[in-house]
This record gives sequence, C-alpha cells and structure tokens, in this order.
Amino acid sequence: MNLSAENALYYVTGEAAFVDDMPEPSRLLHGLVVTSAEAHARIRSFDLEAARRLPGVAAVLSSRDIPGHNQMGPVIRDELCLAEQEVTFAGQAVFLIAAETMELCRQAAAEIRVEYEPLPAILSLEQAMEAQSLLGPPRTMCRGDAEAGLRAAAHRISGTLRTGAQEHWYLETQVCLCVPGEGREMTVYSSTQHPSETQALAAGVLGISRNEVAVEVKRLGGGFGGKETQANHTACWTALLSRATGRPVKIRLNRDQDMIMTGKRHRFRIGYSAGFDSDGLLQAVRFDFHSDGGAASDLSFAIMERAMLHADNAYFVPNMEIRASVWKTNLPSNTAMRGFGGPQAMAAIETILDRIARHLGKDPLEVRKRNFYRHAPGNVTHYGQTVVEPPLSEMADRLAASSDYHTRRRAAADFNACHEFFRKGIALTPVKFGISFTTTFLNQAGALVLIYADGTVAVNHGGTEMGQGLNAKIQAIAAAGFGLPAGQIKVNATSTSRVPNTSPTAASSGSDLNGMAVRNAIETLKQRIAEAMPAVFADRFGGEKSSAEDIVFEGGCIQDRRRPGCSVPFSEAMREMNLRQVSLAASGFYRTPDIGWDKARGWGKPFHYYVYTMAVSEVLLDLLTGEARLLRVDILHEGGRSIEPGIDRGQIEGGFLQGVGWCTTEEIKWDEGGRLLTHSPDTYKIPTSGDVPPVFHVELLEGRPNPGTVHGSKAIGEPPFMLGLSAWLAIKDAISATAGHREEPDFDLPATGEAILLSLQRLKPGR
Amino acid sequence: MSKEPENNCAGGPHGLSRRGFISSVSAGAAASTALREANAASFQVIEAVGTVLPIQLKINGITRKIQVEPRWSLLFVIREVLGLTGTKIGCERGECGACTVLIDGKPRYACMTLAVEAQGQEITTLEGLMDGENLGPVQQAFVEEDAFQCGFCTPGQIMAVEGLLRRNASPTMEEVRVGLSGNLCRCAAYQHIFSAATRAAERKKKGGMA
Ligand code: FES
Ligand code: FES
Repeated sequence: MNLSAENALYYVTGEAAFVDDMPEPSRLLHGLVVTSAEAHARIRSFDLEAARRLPGVAAVLSSRDIPGHNQMGPVIRDELCLAEQEVTFAGQAVFLIAAETMELCRQAAAEIRVEYEPLPAILSLEQAMEAQSLLGPPRTMCRGDAEAGLRAAAHRISGTLRTGAQEHWYLETQVCLCVPGEGREMTVYSSTQHPSETQALAAGVLGISRNEVAVEVKRLGGGFGGKETQANHTACWTALLSRATGRPVKIRLNRDQDMIMTGKRHRFRIGYSAGFDSDGLLQAVRFDFHSDGGAASDLSFAIMERAMLHADNAYFVPNMEIRASVWKTNLPSNTAMRGFGGPQAMAAIETILDRIARHLGKDPLEVRKRNFYRHAPGNVTHYGQTVVEPPLSEMADRLAASSDYHTRRRAAADFNACHEFFRKGIALTPVKFGISFTTTFLNQAGALVLIYADGTVAVNHGGTEMGQGLNAKIQAIAAAGFGLPAGQIKVNATSTSRVPNTSPTAASSGSDLNGMAVRNAIETLKQRIAEAMPAVFADRFGGEKSSAEDIVFEGGCIQDRRRPGCSVPFSEAMREMNLRQVSLAASGFYRTPDIGWDKARGWGKPFHYYVYTMAVSEVLLDLLTGEARLLRVDILHEGGRSIEPGIDRGQIEGGFLQGVGWCTTEEIKWDEGGRLLTHSPDTYKIPTSGDVPPVFHVELLEGRPNPGTVHGSKAIGEPPFMLGLSAWLAIKDAISATAGHREEPDFDLPATGEAILLSLQRLKPGR
Repeated sequence: MSKEPENNCAGGPHGLSRRGFISSVSAGAAASTALREANAASFQVIEAVGTVLPIQLKINGITRKIQVEPRWSLLFVIREVLGLTGTKIGCERGECGACTVLIDGKPRYACMTLAVEAQGQEITTLEGLMDGENLGPVQQAFVEEDAFQCGFCTPGQIMAVEGLLRRNASPTMEEVRVGLSGNLCRCAAYQHIFSAATRAAERKKKGGMA
C-alpha cells in the first residue's frame, strides 16, 4: 500500500465524488446542448418559441442570448461558444436548453425549428489542401541543408504516412455544475484540466470579471488532454444557462454526444524523404507535416510545434528540414491528447528507421543504435538543444538483453519459416520526450499551504488530479517536507480562489511544477517556524538558546538537532505558533529555470529535460483474419528517482496500452456528410482486459536522479504512450515477414485488422 | 479484440428484453406481473413518460419502496432516486461496465436493466460491499494493488471481480481476464486490476468467505 492509500479508500468505497456525484443543489436544472447535424451550413432561420413555452423548460438560448463574448477559443479567438450565422462542423453547439428534467430538455429540443442551407464541406486533409484551407501560416524548422544531404546520400527512401485520429474516451464524460451566487458570482464545478482557463472563458461568455468566477476541481475521471481546453466548452454552456435562469445547472454530455461534439487527436499526413549511408547512418531527413486541425485552432499550433520538436525522436539527424501546415476542415476542432503531436512525429521517424533496416537488410535495432544521440557533436537536436548524456545505447543494450531480443528474433524467424497462416513480429522502439510546455510562460505554478493550529496541513496547488496520482505525489512531497505522516496532510480540491492564474495540468509537468511550488511554500513556512521555535524551546527546556538553522522537522516533531531531547510534537508546536502570532499560511511559486525558446527562429532550449523510455513488443499475426495479438512486452523506463514507483508503473502500463490502442484498433470514421460514425464503444474499440499482453515486464531504470526537479523525479504521463509504436512496428515486421522482409509493406496507422489484411494483400498480389 | 461482455445480459434476468418490456408498458398496465402478460402491439413509450409505478427494490440488504417510471433504468434509480453514486455512468448502452452491480450475486449492467425488472432480486452496489466499517476483501485488494488511476471505472471493476469470485473462488489468470472483459478502463490499469482480483481471491479464502 503506498502513500496514496488515504485517498484510495474513497475510490473503492464509492465516496470519491466526481462532478456528477456531488450532492445536487436544490432547484437544480439539467442542461442540454443542441448541436448541428450539418458539417457546414448557413443558418437561415430558427424559432425557439415553441420550445420556450413548454412547461418545465427554464431557458432556451441561442448565441444572441450570450451576455459577454461569444467566444471560447483558448489561444486564438476563433471558436464560437454558440454558432451564429453558420455551423462549421456536425456536433457544433447551436442552442442551449435548461429544464427540470433531461426528458423535458429533449422534448424542448424536438420543438426547436432551424432551417439550414447546406454548404460544401471539407472533410479530409486532401480536400483541405486542395482548397488551400489553412488554419494559419505554415512553419518550417531546419538545421543544415536537407536538400544537399539527400542528394549526397548513398541511399534514399521516401513515402507518405497517415496517422489516425484518436478519441480520448475518458470514462467520465464532459460534465459541469454551475451554482450562481450573489450578484454576478458563479461557482463552477468542472471536470477540467485547466481551471484558470475555464474561469477566464466562463467569465468571458458571462461578461463578468475573473474574480467573480470560482472554478473548483476535485478530480477528473480521466482527461488525457481531452479536458485541457474542451472542458471549457461544457463549463461555458453550463454557466450561460445558470446565469439565464438564476438557478444551478448541470450539463453532462452522454457518451455519444461527447464523442460527436469534442475534438480528437489530430490526424496527420506526413511526407518524408531520408538519405543515409550503407551502414544506415542518417544523413538528411525532410518532413512535410500536415495536420487536420478541425474547424478552429484550439491547441493545433502548439501540437504541431511539439510534433516538429519530436521529429528526431532519439536520433541525430545532421540535416533536417520540417515543413508544417495545420489545415482547417469541417470537423470538431482537434485538441490535446497524451503525447501532443509527439506520437505522430515519432511514428514517422520510426517508419524511416524501420525502412532503412529493411532496405539494407539489417536488424532494425542495429540501425537505431547507430543513429542514437550520443556525444558531441552528435548530441544537438535540430532545434539547438543539447541532449545531455543520453542513456539511449545503454538502455537499448540492457533491454535487448533482459528481453532476449536477439534470441526471440531468431525464434520468430524460425516460427515464420514453418507456419503458413501465422507470423510473428518483434520490434524495439525508443522514446525521447521533451518535458516543458513549449509555450514558455506556461511553465509556472503556484501553491498555497496552510497549517492549522492542531498541526494538520492543507495543501492547495494549481494542478488537477485525473488519475496520474498528482495528489498522492504532492501529499508525499508535503509529508516529507514537514516530516509528518501523510495522513496529516490533506490536498484540497483545486480552486481558482486559492491559487490564481495556473497553467493546465498537461505536458506531463503537473507534479514537476506544482510539486516545486508546494515545496517552496513549505520552505517559507519552515523558515518562519524555525525562527520562532528557539523561543518555544527556551520557555520549555531552558538552557542555551537554539538557533534557527538547527531546527529540523522530523518524525512528526520539531527539534533542535544539536540538543537531544529538545523536541516538540508538530501539533503542539503549531498551537504555540498560533499563540505567538506566527503566520501559518504561505504561498509558493515556481517557474522552470534555464529554458528559452525562440519560436520565430525555431531554435533554443524549449525543454527542461528529456524522459527516455523503450519497449520491445512481440506480436502474433493471423494472416487469415488480420488479427494481431500482443504476446510479450518489455519496457525499460528512465524516470529519474521516482516519488511513487507504484503510480509510475501504472502510468507506464496504461500509457503504453493507450498507445497500442491508437496504433491498432482505435479508428475514427465519419460519413460523407462529416458525421461521426464511431460515436460509441460499439464501433470505437479501446483496449480491453483481453488486450493486455500476457507477459508484460516494466522495469524502472534506477540511479539517475534528475537534477532540478522535486526529489530528482521525472515527468511520467506522456512518454510511455509512444511506446505503443513498438507494437505497431512489430505488426509491420510480421507482415513484412510474409515477403521475406524484402519488400516494403504499405503500412499506415492505425493497423486495424482490415488495414493489415489489405497490406498483406498488396504485398502478395494474387494471394 | 475480445470484447464479449460476460456480465451483460441482453435479455434481462427474466428473459425479458428492454424493448419488449417497454412496448408492453405502453399498453398501460400498472403492475409488473400484469405487464409481462400484457400483449402490447404499439411502441409508444413517449406517452408513458410521467406514469409512475410503486415498486420495491432490495438494495444492499434494505428493501426500499419507491416510485419509478417503467422506462427508468436501474442505474438511473440507483443514482438519481436513491443517491448511491458509487455506481457510475460511462456509456449507458451496456458497453463499458462502469455501472456494474450484482443482481442475485451476478454482475449486471445497471444501465441495461430496468428498475422494474430488478424487483424481487438482491441488488448489491459498491456501497454494499463494505464489511461494516471496514473494506470488503475486494475493495481492500484494490487499494493494496493500486488497481486504479482516475478511479472512474473502479466501482464497476470491483463489482465485476466480486461477481467473478462469487461464482469462481479461484479463477485462473485467463478466467480473470475473461471475467473482466466487460469492464473498460481507459487508464488501462488492467494489469493492476488482475493482481487485485488474484489478491482478493486469496483474501476471501483466508477470511473463510466464499
Ligand atoms: S454505463 Fe452501463 S455499461 Fe456503460
Ligand atoms: S482507472 Fe481510469 S478508467 Fe479505469
């Protein structure tokens, strides 16, 4: 049982309240969002009167009823809260209804009359490119001369890779409860990863100031990036209904609505060319990244930037050129999801490495190792950041040994030689993932630590708990800081009233940033207490006077380390502090040092540090059905000194499987009208218990504490996601085996059963 | 992908399908026994909105008299009428398992069960697994094995494990996987959930509880 056990109890008894579980305030109304069924259309007219007249219906709102700005774009103000003259995607919010029951909301929705005039819609990247429908100006990033490098290289490959969208499928759908207060005050209980932005946007649509909106977040039933900006939407809609009716309102999207209305991981289309020598050493790579941003910007540009910054993954590419465009389509605005552009870019560079190996008839691991970042000058990325002491080669060797990589590859080859309908494939892929927001100002966090006179501690920070174990880690940090048992520390719900102007809990940086802010607040308090303690000791024990530097917080007591026996229990000491008029509240702040990123030039040090992780996956492929099963997975993860190894393991396993889902079974499809077809678990397949590999080893590489973070830890949330690519390339290896690894299979992402069968078919015409 | 939800019963405990049941309700019958015999032709559930029936549900050992609309799911009644919010809403279409409860000891999707169907049966929710003030063995095992991340699927997972262990006290790993195949966990804490199931089985045996 780890330190989080205290909170864990609530989760297993059902007491842990998510927004929809909170006791409902009296006079609560239910809210429903009425959305467009058209991907692109002009709203000719609408009539809300019949709906408004229904008994039990408290409000029916259109964009005309918004008291503030009709805007909820998080970075670029290009996203309407409710559609005005035009709808730009199917699932776009057009009207809002609040009524006594959900049933009445639905009845009211049926009474709404809208006349749409359909307009041509752009539903694919190809159509967007054809129509030059860009969301913003394209960007380039380069180092060296890719053109010349490609020309000079002994070998060249090129191709196009498509990667699919992915639905977050947080188990708890988007939900918000708003309670109006006095005057214009509004309390917003939201399942959001970014309470401060939710506050700002809710204030914006209501036309009030931020100090009149309090956003509170106890916990999220999963976020994965899907609640970084898009929880704002549900919060804004709920707040509008609550303002209009003067009553508490709750909106909970049901699963189908959630899937239809919210954005996904960006689809990418990536053109690539690579030049290399006959040992497989990369000379030059050129990428053309195209992403489907959907109908509005959301975080698309930041996501594309992270993709560009991960186009190298773990490899030194002396000449690199990346051109990137974000395209505008008539689909819900795509958004953050675990990895944030990194997975798409890594899928591309890993495809290149994989192809080089096949092209030269070498083992892919050998080719990868040859290209890893190592010592200078081969340790500087294409954007100028030095990769300090990359552990890549040593990790690869260690993982290859512990997983019997070479033996199993030979065994797979033997297996493939004597089976007609089955093939095995194995792949080892690395991940080097940069930690920090590339939007530099976001790398800050605040905290407020309160000690009560009975010696209990309440910690407030700006991060949100969504299953990543943030609060357990914060609790551990605070417990260690005060030398108290974890049970004496309570981590409060995140609230904009206690910590203002916070950054989203995203970019894997939640515990790095908030942990440091909490630690700084604790240091302030300890300093204050240490200065007041000598007087307490003098009164109690007499003798020579203690000095503040000798005061230590240990084992639930405060003591003078030079004077044995000179010790007071923490709780008693706090009563004394209160009597002696010492302030027991302190705020803490942290901003990541030593980072600097020149966006315009595409050069600098955007990341505080890198996380390294690697996986070997082995799959068994059924050539008749296209079904691929994971047989064994071995992961070696370099995560600094772990604060909570149990939590980190869970993040690694979970992230990996989510990555496997994106790479294999999770396929998003729209019909020709731009309406989502895969809007329920019937048709959208996320990994289940049956997809967990029967042999699944996770090893945390110890002994490399990370300088500059709390307790030498490293961020954990996102990097393991991209290990799913090992399963994807293992499938490709198995497909490739059917043609003796001599031909390059067609292979995009996701590798669904259908895609696998098609790939097999093309590889062996006449099969 | 193996996803044949074990604990889903499309036909309901009495082999009465939801759709069939709703259409019989629309005939206007007032008691559930009569309902089943009612021979309805039309499908007019909208008209039935607002019609309430008095029923008795035995939940966590306590019999409760409540008024329900015939179309209300057991999930809705458990959460909204009885306020037992340990049972979660994930999809409301019998796919995710977040709403899993035990009906006569067997795991069932509460979203796919009508409240009126559950009359006369023992319903157990997460709240009913407590052993007085203490955690039940499955709950305890989930804590010890860190068997969750965001915790939203957890109540359903715990109920699925409880149901599995009630019919199979010593499941093999394969049986655990299959037993939990109707419960999605997007955080993919599966590995830890499997360990919790194994640990819970041991705990139950030691505690003499089958
Ligand atoms: S809510 Fe019942 S199975 Fe998903
Ligand atoms: S713990 Fe988050 S869905 Fe299972």
